[in-house]
Amino acid sequence: MDTILPIIAGAIFASGIYLLLRPSLILTIIGIILISNSVNLALFTLGRISTENPPLIAAGSVMPEVPFANPLPQALILTAIVIGFGLLAFALALAYRSYKELGTVDQDQLLKDPEDTSTAIVNNTDNTEKRDV
Amino acid sequence: MLIMVALIFGIALMAPWIFKLFREKTGWVLALLPLGSFVYLLSWMPHIADGNTVTQSTAWVNMDFFSVNLSFYLDGLSLMFGLIITGIGTFIVLYGGGYLSGSAYLPRFYSAILLFMGSMLGVVIADNLISIFVFWELTSFTSFLLIGFTHEQENSRRSALMALLVTGIGGLAMLAGLILMGFATGQWEVSALLNEGDIVREHGLYLPILLLILAGAFTKSAQFPFSFWLPAAMVAPTPVSAYLHSATMVKAGVYLLARMHPVLGFTETWMLLVGGFGLATLLISAWLALSYTDMKQILAYSTVMSLGTMMMLIGLGTELAMQALAVYVFSHAMYKGALFMVAGAVDHEAGTRDVLKLGGLRALMPISAAAAAVAALSMAGIPPLFGFVAKEIVYEASLGATLWPVLIITVAVIANIAIVAASAIVVLRPFFGTAVETPKKAHEAPLSMWIGPAMLAALSVVFGVLPFLIDSALMLPAAAAVWGAPLDFYLSLWHGINLPLILSILTLAGGILVYRVWDPLRESAPMKVWQSGFADYPVRGYDATVNGMLSLAGWQTRVLQNGLISNYLSTIIITALIAVGYTFLSRSGLVWNPSFADVTIYEWALSIGIVASLGIILAFGHSRLTMIVGAGIVGFGLALIYLIHGAADLAMTQVLVETLTVILVVLVLIHVPKLKEVRSTTTRVRDGVIAVAAGVLMTLLIFAVTALPFDAFISEFYAEASYPLAHGRNIVNVILVDFRALDTMGEVIVVAIAGLAVYALIKMTRHGATQK
Repeated sequence: MDTILPIIAGAIFASGIYLLLRPSLILTIIGIILISNSVNLALFTLGRISTENPPLIAAGSVMPEVPFANPLPQALILTAIVIGFGLLAFALALAYRSYKELGTVDQDQLLKDPEDTSTAIVNNTDNTEKRDV
Repeated sequence: MLIMVALIFGIALMAPWIFKLFREKTGWVLALLPLGSFVYLLSWMPHIADGNTVTQSTAWVNMDFFSVNLSFYLDGLSLMFGLIITGIGTFIVLYGGGYLSGSAYLPRFYSAILLFMGSMLGVVIADNLISIFVFWELTSFTSFLLIGFTHEQENSRRSALMALLVTGIGGLAMLAGLILMGFATGQWEVSALLNEGDIVREHGLYLPILLLILAGAFTKSAQFPFSFWLPAAMVAPTPVSAYLHSATMVKAGVYLLARMHPVLGFTETWMLLVGGFGLATLLISAWLALSYTDMKQILAYSTVMSLGTMMMLIGLGTELAMQALAVYVFSHAMYKGALFMVAGAVDHEAGTRDVLKLGGLRALMPISAAAAAVAALSMAGIPPLFGFVAKEIVYEASLGATLWPVLIITVAVIANIAIVAASAIVVLRPFFGTAVETPKKAHEAPLSMWIGPAMLAALSVVFGVLPFLIDSALMLPAAAAVWGAPLDFYLSLWHGINLPLILSILTLAGGILVYRVWDPLRESAPMKVWQSGFADYPVRGYDATVNGMLSLAGWQTRVLQNGLISNYLSTIIITALIAVGYTFLSRSGLVWNPSFADVTIYEWALSIGIVASLGIILAFGHSRLTMIVGAGIVGFGLALIYLIHGAADLAMTQVLVETLTVILVVLVLIHVPKLKEVRSTTTRVRDGVIAVAAGVLMTLLIFAVTALPFDAFISEFYAEASYPLAHGRNIVNVILVDFRALDTMGEVIVVAIAGLAVYALIKMTRHGATQK
């Protein structure tokens, strides 16, 4: 069993979570990149690491030569990488657009709508008690 | 019977279109539907009277472990309730057409009232426990629609919600009780459960089953302290009050307990709970009726009193009490339905229902006055009306109680004195005495509005004088169904001079006396205390509960959803950490056997490189460019790790995507200014702790999972099938584009949609035009 990869995955995951919790949207997005990388590595490790031979079938044969690397996690991770990239592009565009519209990338400031400052959720919760029942 | 119920529901939904066809005549057309159902049920009467029952069943939900039948069961009890529902329903549809004539919401009324009728009929003829619950909840739901009929008024909305919450929560309790009972006996059909009484009564879960079902019945049938919703529901249009909140729906709880009496009854707990709540309710509400001047409020409280009487009779659990129950339910439906409809007619024609502002209407509304007088005499229990027969037998049953007969008969007489006075108030005040100027110039109500009260009043006379018409045909089978075994009895108007008759005379005399002093009595201090204690405090309790729940929800929202994204994120992450960590530690336990012996030099180098760039990312928070370069190094490091472990395709993809990622982030960075971290050190330390905990958990999880035996079945299948089946030599590629091709197509679609969204976010302006 490989010992070093789980530790690396944990380290990347921890860094990603820390960045995710930063106020800047850009750092949050970098956190997301790290988290998806870490999860991919975790998946890869869970599929067991046994050999360096890729799962390819030599010409003239119908089976790959044993031992060969587990192809299933590879296929899953490949999908995950591409989807993760789609997510990243969308998140970046959102951050860009929210900066253009709101003038900030600080998550804590996003509550404030530049056109209507009275509807901040924080100030509005007291109304729930006044609603007639 | 399924066809009958389905037909009512179907026509109910088509009612607005039927209205377009017949306009003002719609009531007369739609009344054919309940009338037809009435005749259909009536056709079963001889069969039922001979001691037979009818079951019809259709499979509804059918699964291996659980099935629900849409099954129907007709015996004396369900037949009596079915006849009341369809018979009075016929008059209500007519009456509603007259009462709401000209209202824009009339089509909606027809729909809702017919939906209610179908649901209510379903409750009393359904055989399956789950079907009973479904119909039961449908009556709560349609009742909500009908109470809130004038939805522009806040008061209507409040009352509708009150009724829905009280009866809805009770209904859920009842569902739990019914399910427990179903699992305890393995029987889900009432007809089969009726023979399982001994099993249920001796079951360990008897008490919970009983309490839950009682919760449903007591809330629905407005037993104290849940009675407050019924008087509040009087904001509904009068046809609704007459039908739902007097003649039918509020009796659903009575029906349920009567139905379950052979199964759950005959125990001391049953007698004390059902009888006790009934007795308290009938005493409290009988006198509450006298503290109001609104005809509908007086009638509402007298209805609660009647429901209490019915509960008390069920609680008594004697043969005589069952007979009394059947007769009382039947007579109550006739006189109370008539009185409500007359009250509505008075309101409709004279413009007020306040008895203090009415008087001498008998000359202007002779038919309504006559119907009201007869119905009120029946309610007061005066011979020769059917109400007298009912009251006599109720007194007789009270005297025959096995527990505390003296207490029960005393309470019953005291309560009935108030009811006699109330009967006098709702008839003598508006219709007799000197004429009073009313808000509207009063005249007789239209035919559609007086035919119902007149017919019901006439029936009170007919059945009073000739009780043999219905005793063995209808009353006997109904009482026998509640009792659980065949009974034999007959009704008669004259029993000779006996104790019940003397008590009746006493009641009447007391009632007349109370009526004469009603005006000062109503304003007296004890009456005010009675009113605030038993009518106002339960409502306050309800308000406090609802407001308490709203405050709790508000507090919870403020804490959990305060609008700060980082707060949401840390809440989610901490919850996930606790949930995963707890499950992990409790189910698996730690696995920790590190061995660095077989780590190659390449792996060491890559690991050190990755950890170093993580360090750079975290340490150089002020330089975003450094950070993104660091993240890039991590990504490329991973690509190399994939490569040395036999995943060439993965490594290639990772390199490409990582390159694009870095380029994209840098492109955005050019446009977005740097943000200085303003969080306090405490927050950063807290985030650091969360992050480290998450990382450690990740590492430990991988250790634990990889220590388990590996099942390579799927991987081997792909490896073996790759060339023979899909003619591909790169197994990873074959999985992606062949075996799991649909997944890959979905993935392509996701990326394409993300691309479109990115384009839209960058190019579109707020008003939809494209930015230059």
